[in-house]
Formats: sequence, C-alpha cells, structure tokens
Amino acid sequence: MHHLLEVKDLEVKFALRFGELTAIDGISFTLDRGERLGIVGESGAGKSVTGFAIINLISKPGYISGGKILFEDQELHRLPEEEMRAIRGNRISMIFQDPMMTLNPVLSIATQMAETVLAHQDVSKADALDIALEKLKKVHIPSAEKRLRQYPHECSGGMRQRIVIAIALLTNPALIIADEPTTALDVTIQAEIMDLLLELCESEKMGLILITHDLGVVSQITEKIAVMYAGKIVEAGSTQTVVQDPRHPYTQGLIKALPGSLQPGSRLNQIPGMMPNLTEIPPGCAFHPRCKISDSICSMEVPALISKGQQDRMIACHMVK
Amino acid sequence: MNTWQRFKNSYLFYSFKQDSIAIGSFCVLSVLVVISILAPVVAPYNTYDTATFDILDAETPPAWMETGNEKFMLGTDIQGRDLLSTMIFGLRVSLIIGIGAVLFQALLGIIVGLLSGYFGGKLDAFLMRVADIQFSIPYLIVAIFTSAIFKLAFGVGRWEELAVPLLIIIIGMSEWPKYARTVRASVLGEKNKEYVEAARVIGLSRWQIIFKHILPNTLTPVLVLSTIQVANAVMSEAALSFLGLGMPITKPSLGSLIRSGFEYIFSGSWWITFFPGVLLVIFILVVLLLGDWLRDVLNPKLYKG
Repeated sequence: MHHLLEVKDLEVKFALRFGELTAIDGISFTLDRGERLGIVGESGAGKSVTGFAIINLISKPGYISGGKILFEDQELHRLPEEEMRAIRGNRISMIFQDPMMTLNPVLSIATQMAETVLAHQDVSKADALDIALEKLKKVHIPSAEKRLRQYPHECSGGMRQRIVIAIALLTNPALIIADEPTTALDVTIQAEIMDLLLELCESEKMGLILITHDLGVVSQITEKIAVMYAGKIVEAGSTQTVVQDPRHPYTQGLIKALPGSLQPGSRLNQIPGMMPNLTEIPPGCAFHPRCKISDSICSMEVPALISKGQQDRMIACHMVK
Repeated sequence: MNTWQRFKNSYLFYSFKQDSIAIGSFCVLSVLVVISILAPVVAPYNTYDTATFDILDAETPPAWMETGNEKFMLGTDIQGRDLLSTMIFGLRVSLIIGIGAVLFQALLGIIVGLLSGYFGGKLDAFLMRVADIQFSIPYLIVAIFTSAIFKLAFGVGRWEELAVPLLIIIIGMSEWPKYARTVRASVLGEKNKEYVEAARVIGLSRWQIIFKHILPNTLTPVLVLSTIQVANAVMSEAALSFLGLGMPITKPSLGSLIRSGFEYIFSGSWWITFFPGVLLVIFILVVLLLGDWLRDVLNPKLYKG
C-alpha cells in the first residue's frame, strides 16, 4: 500500500538579493494514514517551511527547488494552482501557532466556518452551518450554537484554538499539519488541546504532522519523530526510541535541555552556541561547531542520514556507530 | 431585533450618547438630509417650475425687513424665486453631488488600493504613479477643460441636463487617489497577518481573500475618510459652481446660489448670498464634527482621557 504522504529529497531555496539560501536541504519522510509524526527543532531549522512546502504555499522569494511530495499518489508541487486549492483546506488542513491571529477579527465564526465548507463542497449555506456546528461539538465547545454567532474577540485563547481545529476538521481531511499549535497557549490548555488532537486523530483516522520545538509535547502524542537541524533531518525514528535513547549529539542535547530530567535547583543544561544562520552554514556537518564529540571528518564531509542499528532508526552523524 | 440590541449595547452607541457635540451634529445633519430628500414636499415653492415665480418679486428682502413680503420668508433671488425653497432644492443638489462623488471615488480608490496593496510589485508601482499623476492635476483644471469641451461639443443645453453626473465624475476622479492610498496602506498591514495565511491554507481563491477577508479589515479608515470627503466634495462642488463651472442657475446648488447673489451684494441684496452661505457652512461643519467623533471612536489609540 502507498503511503498517505511521501516527501522525498525535498529542497527549498530562497532567492535573495545576495544569492540563494537553502532553507531545506534534501529531507525525506513518509506518513501513513492515521499516523502521527513530530518534526522537532530550534527556530529556523526549517520546520515551518517544511509544513508550507507540503501545501505548496511557500511565500516568495522561496520556492521548491527539488524533490518530490507525493500525497495520495499526486505530486503536489506539480499540480496547477486550481487543483492545489482543492486539496488545501480540504484533504490537508493546517493549524497555526497563534489562534489570536488566525481568525479574521471582523467576520463571525459562523461566516468563517461556512466559508471553508462552501469553498470545497457543493452544499447550501444552512448545511454548511450544520457541519460547522457538528465539528464545534466534536472539539468539545460548550454551547456551540451561541459560539457560532460570536466574533473571535469574544472567545478565549483556548476556545479560539479549538475553533481553529474545528475549522481544520470541517472537510474531514486526511492530513493535518499543526504548526506549533500550543505555543501561544498556557500550559493547562496546551495539554487539553494536545489531548483533543490525539483523540481526533484516532477517531477520524487522520494523519498528523506536529511541528514543534517542544519535545515533551511530541513524545506525548506522536508515533514517529524527525529532528531537524539547519534544514536537514539529523535523526529520525519511532518517538519512543528516539526520546529514550537519543543517539545524535544534537538530539541528546535537546533532551538533556528538558528541565524534567534535573534535580530542582540545579542549573539547566544547554547546547553551547547558536544554530548557524542559514547564509553561513558550516562545511561538513552543520552541527559540528557545537558538538562535543566532533572529529576532523565532521568539518569536511556532510554525514548522510543512514540507518544505524535498530530498524527504521536513521541518524546523520559520522561519530555514531 | 437582535442587531438593534447589539447596536444599543455597542461602544459606538455608548460613546455617541456621551458626546453632546456628536448628538447635536447628528440631529442637525439628519434634519438637513431629511429636508433635502423631501424637498418637493417640504419646500414652500417648487423652484424648478418657472410658472411658480414671477420676475416682479425679484430681490424681495427677508420677511422681517420693512420691504419684505410674508410669502417669502428669506426673501427672493434675482429671478423672483423664493430663497428658502431654492436653498432646500440647492442643498439637495449639493448633497446628491457630494455623496455621489464620494461613492464614485471610494469605489475606484478602494479597488485600486486593494489591487495595489495585495499584489504589490509592478502593478503597485504603476497604479501608485497613476494616482500621483492624478493628484498632481488640480481638479479645477480638469473641471474647466471638461466643461468647456462638453459645452462646445454638445451645447450648453445638454450641460444643464448632465451637469450632476458630470460633476460627480469630475470631483470623484480628482479625489480617488486619497482612497487608493489609504486602502493600500491598510492592505499592506493586513495582508501579512496570519488570518490571511490561514484563508490561503483553507483553499480560498485570491479574490475571496481580497474582498471577503482583507477588505472588511480596511474599512475603518475608509469610513472616517468618507465623512471628510463628503464635506470636501460638497465644498468642491460649491467652488466649481461659484466659478460658473458647476450647476446652472436654473437648477442651482448652494454654490451657484452664492454666486448668483454675489453680484448683488453691493446693491444691498445681501441675503441671496448670505443664507445659502450659512447653510453651506452649517452643513460642512456638522459633517466634519461627526467625522471627528467617528475617528476618535474607531481609533482607540487616539483616546483622550
């Protein structure tokens, strides 16, 4: 059986005045129906660009310069804009970081929800509103009828993110891309939203790509994980094995940096240095200047992402055997 | 009645109730608008009908003066028309031209501003240069040429028939860049907001995004601008008419009335110019005061404690 989504050697470049900048440098991963993948990395690692590349919405001057994106056996980035629009918001939905910003402040929730349904399905306005109501109930919004008539400013942050998720669900998509869906929310609501996403993915058999910098969140709800650094995947595998037994020094650093593994009162761990600017990625392994175990080969050869040891465990590091 | 309830509880209505200047201006404006809409019913005489006035009544002073006549409360003009009725009809003409010109320039300016702001690049540069060029041509010159050419080509009689739509177009054409720039500036701010991105992700077409999502978010400054522009357009029309480029004296606007009386001021018939002038000032003043209030309400950053 084919995968739901197959990304192969995806390469995204930004054409800037002083030259080209590679934001994503040949990443590959697959996702099956109902599977949940977490993409983890620091700011600027290319996580969000990956998400936008999948729905072919990279804003100028960025463009997909190579590779393939296969979704339900269609090559997405070769589709004409018209057909792509029929997939966006219909088969693939996206949830953004800040629910305060993703809803249009001057349109009622009913209008915004109905609009999404009407853009993809040939139904009457009344039917569209019925669908909207049903989805609002699915994301556990109390008194959904009343909410429909309200405007975004009348809802709290958590409520808005639920509404945004409900909008993403409207057309029963096969894949949801959630780009840091809980970063702007406080911790208790984060957990609720994550539980909700997990529950929905399981009940609706949806694929989920969760883009985040929060390893804790990823380990709760995803099955697979891909760690990105400077536009490349440095480690990939099942969430459990990667989180419990990180092999790549960057992943190890990320997990060590979590406060949970420390005695209260002790200093937090951090990875020394900063992620390099994409204009000046060091030669060889991009991580080597910050790496504790780097050797001379690391600054010369780019390590390939290859299987090491366990099944489906991929690591891009010269030093890990 | 849900909308009415919403309106009654809104901040807009609340601040309106608090502001006596706004209430006063609104009352005066509504009275003027209602009177001008109902002109044929309210006015004592129908001044468009030549059978209703007599040249022998010309230049009768207002009723309270010695030589005044009770039939004509504010006196008559040089053709013997009742001045009050003429002013009511004149206000109507001024209002039609003012509002029509604003609608015309708003429509044109909003579309240009949306396209220019959203698409950017060469289209933006082109449209904004067109706007600059339009702005650098004084509307008086446009008006002089247009009316001269029109009168030459079609005769003065046709001008009298088509003066209203032509004035709307002349004034509208000269002012649309204001709307284009205002809307463009708002669009530039709005188009990078996440809800626009979200709308794209939903799979909406760019036209749906421009007109259903971005446009409503740019309307606040447009609304404020419109009040000022109505006052502006009425004044422009008055200025054109005063120069003899506007409404013909058979269908006078406030401006042409002021002009027609201007020549007789020194012979003592001050009222022909004075009353239309006062009415014009009152009208412009209440519109501007309301616009001022609206700007304060719609822009919380300008809140004055």
